[in-house]
Amino acid sequence: MIPVSSWGRLSADPHHVIALKDPFQIQSVVSREPLPGIAHGMGRSYGDVCLNPEGALWTTTGLDHLVSFDIATGRLVCEAGVLLRDIQRLAIPRGWSLPVTPGTQMVTVGGGIANDVHGKNHHLCGTFGDHVQRITLIRTNGEIVQCGPVTNPEWFSASVGGLGLTGVIAQAEIQLRPVAGPWLETETVPYGSLDEFFQLAEESESGWEHAVSWVDCVAGDNTRGLFMRGSSVASSHGPPPKPRSLTMPVVPPVSLVNRLTLRAFNNGYHYLNMRKPGRKIAHYETFFYPLDNLQGWNRMYGPTGFFQYQSVFPPESGRDAVQAMLKDIAGAGEGSFLAVLKTFGDRAPAGMLSFPKSGVTLALDFPNNGPRTHKLFERLDAIVREAKGRIYPAKDARMPRDLFEVGYPRLSEFLEYRDPGISSALSRRLMGS
Amino acid sequence: MSSRKRIVIVGATSAIAENCARLWVESGPADLILLGRDPQRLQRTATDLGVRSPQSDIRTVPAEFLDVVAIEAAVDDIIALGEVDLVLIAHGSLPDQNGCQSDLKACRDALEINGVSPVLFAEAFARRMAKADRGTIALIGSVAGDRGRKSNYVYGAAKGLVTRYAQGLQHRFAGTGLNVVLIKPGPTDTPMTAHLKGQGAKLASVESVASEIVAGIDAGRATIYAPGKWKIIMNIVRHIPSVIFNRLEI
Repeated sequence: MIPVSSWGRLSADPHHVIALKDPFQIQSVVSREPLPGIAHGMGRSYGDVCLNPEGALWTTTGLDHLVSFDIATGRLVCEAGVLLRDIQRLAIPRGWSLPVTPGTQMVTVGGGIANDVHGKNHHLCGTFGDHVQRITLIRTNGEIVQCGPVTNPEWFSASVGGLGLTGVIAQAEIQLRPVAGPWLETETVPYGSLDEFFQLAEESESGWEHAVSWVDCVAGDNTRGLFMRGSSVASSHGPPPKPRSLTMPVVPPVSLVNRLTLRAFNNGYHYLNMRKPGRKIAHYETFFYPLDNLQGWNRMYGPTGFFQYQSVFPPESGRDAVQAMLKDIAGAGEGSFLAVLKTFGDRAPAGMLSFPKSGVTLALDFPNNGPRTHKLFERLDAIVREAKGRIYPAKDARMPRDLFEVGYPRLSEFLEYRDPGISSALSRRLMGS
Repeated sequence: MSSRKRIVIVGATSAIAENCARLWVESGPADLILLGRDPQRLQRTATDLGVRSPQSDIRTVPAEFLDVVAIEAAVDDIIALGEVDLVLIAHGSLPDQNGCQSDLKACRDALEINGVSPVLFAEAFARRMAKADRGTIALIGSVAGDRGRKSNYVYGAAKGLVTRYAQGLQHRFAGTGLNVVLIKPGPTDTPMTAHLKGQGAKLASVESVASEIVAGIDAGRATIYAPGKWKIIMNIVRHIPSVIFNRLEI
């Protein structure tokens, strides 16, 4: 038994860790497990979706082999433990890119599918699952299910965003998207109100591939932020930036993000970027994955760890809900430097439990200050409930079961496809088993 | 004649070897000859490298690791097709120390696969590469070979054999065109060590270990500790007096 934490570092419970070393053995390893297990990739999920205390954790990072890549069609077949980073580094110089990528490239393909991750271009490309053509699912009864949008689509729809609960994803086929190269033209536009944000989001949907914004979570009613947008450009701008790999070397005894530092952080970030708005050329790694250069940044929240609270609201209630949330957060003096506000396009989700839906999403980190933090979450939950929104399970560690149930109306349909030999801390908390 | 490197990897499905191979093909197309016991896993490694580097020429050679006749034949075949720039001998497996103490067969198997087999391959290549008077033979040993410890001395003894053997080989080929490199990885995050995670073991990433190995071979170093800090750590461990050492729980 080995203590394992997820990215939020909220717990370090013992797990029976078993490495899935090669694809030919997955079947025998998962089917002989006496206790339910869960596949675990890079552990970049914030909460408990990738944890299974006292049970089996099947680590997939050894399943990191590429199977085929057709440079003419952009079809890539790979094992589930391949990192998005490795796909990007292989494909982008050859004119292809992952169509959808989250804010870190240090996640596995399997994790990207199981959480149906999204990126800054949802309005254009939807979610990660929208580009998966096939997955190989290994069930703990030894059954192998091949599924995709056309073959066994119901299995596919259950497994994309299925939180790893339908079987172990062993292999995937992904349709990449042509890109001009590694460079993007980017623009940063400061905004001073939520209305301005929505206006920028709307006008960016037609002209820009990627759009996201940073929002100041301590400003309260005077919502301000920085809108960042980018599109791939066909030009050569010299060599890629040198990877500056800094590491957060220790866990400080208290969170570095607290009432004292929060306002200073946010003011500093705002004014620093206010002074250099406008257009520039950026490398894709700098634009998409700004935090990947700071290894172990999750340690800065101190020994008690941190939560991320990400919710999405439909367009009709989104503006008021975000306003109410930011007000509550500022009033509580909680929240963090990393507050993200963005809109999702109007697209049908690929999976039964996929998080993104038409509207606006707000994501914030919160240092774990115990009851104080949980009290704030209860208020935020009430806003989500009222506005008919939902919370992102990949980031969650504490949402109440009823909120999950109302947020995900296809849950009962999904449950038909669960693998009885698979369970996680999240599934037990939100689905009872 | 192209300037592509011709690289042989024995135990090519090991995580460290694979990551070295990925770095080699990333820096330009190469001719790779991959030896391993399990044809299916070997093919998986070859396919992966082929996707990463379509211009590389990658061949797989199923290999017996302890049959001297088979080893001689395999090495003959490889050399017959052309001179070799680099041989990386990377195979091994981490045995369960308690298992080795209670079961002599497990003990013998561990000694053979981690110690005897790498030596046989190195010796077979050395004889043929000596004639060409060029190239590099790199053997993966381990920091565990630097001093016997109760928690893994059977594995350590086998790796100690590799260490002493590599020293001798370096002595034999000193001043010739043939380079001999001994690699001593510290505990590395590979499928082989998954069970050590969290038991207080600090595991280095296999990518960082591979990049130190590739850089060290390029620089022609005789001994490569990867990560480099293990050179200092093992220097201390080697010099702790027995009266203190034997009381340590390591």
